[in-house]
Amino acid sequence: MRIALIILSFTGLTLTILPAFLHFSGVIEFERHIEITTIGTILYLSTAPFWMNKRKKKAKAEV
Amino acid sequence: MAKQTIREKLDGINEYEREPVPKDKVKGFKSFVGMVAGEHIAGTEFVIGPMFVAYGVSAVDLVWGLLIGNILAVLSWTFVCAPIATKTRTTIFYQLEKISGFKLVTFYNVVNGLLFSFVAASMIAVSATAVGIPFNIEMPGLEDILPTGPGWIITVLIIGSVITVVSMFGYDQVSKFANIFAPWMPLIFLGGAIAVLPKLGVTHFSEFWPVAKEKIWTGVPMAGQIKFTMWHVIAFAWLCNGGMHLGLSDTTIYRYAKKPVYGLASAAGMFIGHGMAWLASGILCAAAFGDTTPGPIAYGSMGIAGAICVVAAGWTTANPTMYRAGLAIQAVLPALKRWKITLIIGIVVTLLACFPGVVTKLMSFIAFYALLAVPVGAVVFADVYFIPKLGLRQNYAELSGTSFSWIVAVTWALSFAIAKALDIYFQIDGLEFFLAIPGWFASVAIYMTLNYFFQNKHLKIA
Repeated sequence: MRIALIILSFTGLTLTILPAFLHFSGVIEFERHIEITTIGTILYLSTAPFWMNKRKKKAKAEV
Repeated sequence: MAKQTIREKLDGINEYEREPVPKDKVKGFKSFVGMVAGEHIAGTEFVIGPMFVAYGVSAVDLVWGLLIGNILAVLSWTFVCAPIATKTRTTIFYQLEKISGFKLVTFYNVVNGLLFSFVAASMIAVSATAVGIPFNIEMPGLEDILPTGPGWIITVLIIGSVITVVSMFGYDQVSKFANIFAPWMPLIFLGGAIAVLPKLGVTHFSEFWPVAKEKIWTGVPMAGQIKFTMWHVIAFAWLCNGGMHLGLSDTTIYRYAKKPVYGLASAAGMFIGHGMAWLASGILCAAAFGDTTPGPIAYGSMGIAGAICVVAAGWTTANPTMYRAGLAIQAVLPALKRWKITLIIGIVVTLLACFPGVVTKLMSFIAFYALLAVPVGAVVFADVYFIPKLGLRQNYAELSGTSFSWIVAVTWALSFAIAKALDIYFQIDGLEFFLAIPGWFASVAIYMTLNYFFQNKHLKIA
């Protein structure tokens, strides 16, 4: 489950930055860039909290 | 094991505030890279980048200025801050208390607290520029100092209230929140800038430089603004964090470093944070026809993601800043609980944030902060490295039992006065951004001279 969340988070980060380059290259329109970036942001922000800080908490608990 | 109460957990945290960090608690290089990279992409970057456009920096001057200025900042962390931090393994606050006495360091803390409050107010206002977008709130412009209307005031009051309440409960939750946004925010800055380049007529990267010179960093300041040259950019890029490197407040972080060379980790913050983010936000400003308001320019390039970034960037800077201000002021009001002080500070800061001048004058304020903080760092630097060479005693306040070193107080006041006198005498636009440098040298010279003539060389230590 954790691996899946990490993959989804990194997918979200990719979708945050990739559309800008695709729009710059003329592959997609500006509005499409906004849509995909929004999806990427939602994907990242909805998955990262479930694994990011928990890793640090686990490391502290093991000390 | 029984669940700890919040108080027990807090009491269990040892941050070595009043002792050197033990050798087994030092950290590796990677810890510092991550920390500084995240710290130096903040709400302030949405303000500073557009201001370089407004101040008419040319493209050539900006690139060279950022390169040289950021290198100087990294060198300051590496050769001034980190060496002292790893030598003493203490915070500047504890080191300064030994040198200047408890009362003077308390005053220094209060001054810092007031300065932090201004930055927190500025960041609340930055966040408000994004929250106000869906409500068509009239945003403040470059010339606005006073509130622009009831919509702006209500937006600021709501955001300030939320940030204050979160700060009152301690910023552990906010640091988790900041960790989550740290990898995402730089992508918003970079992506936003790339996405708006076609609006500026750039469709191939080879076209970027001519457009950068003609449409982004044109060399012509906006109406009513001073003109920035490469020297201003160098000075600002170097000294905007002067309080942290030459002022030594980052000894708090680098006292955990294994070696002084870990100061080089600051390069991640300077080049990814400041360098990239300032260039990117400048491009956003130019694509928005010179609009310098953070919320609209981010929204215009990245949609809702850009607006969220502005809110998050402002919030994640405002919260720890307000928390630090609360701690600093508590030093003089120890009977009051920290949450009550934070509430009072939050109310004051939120009211201050209603005035857009806290954003439009942020760069001047940062220069002023550096001028106040850098001479204090110079005192500590001189005490650690130069005072022994004169055959004098280090940590004199601790040795003599004084709680207020008049030598440090006069050094601080006089170096500030000398720097301001230079500003008044030369009457050069933008000279304020350079003053921390003569302030540093004046502070070292005055401190050593006063100690040479007035330190009691016959003081007996118990």
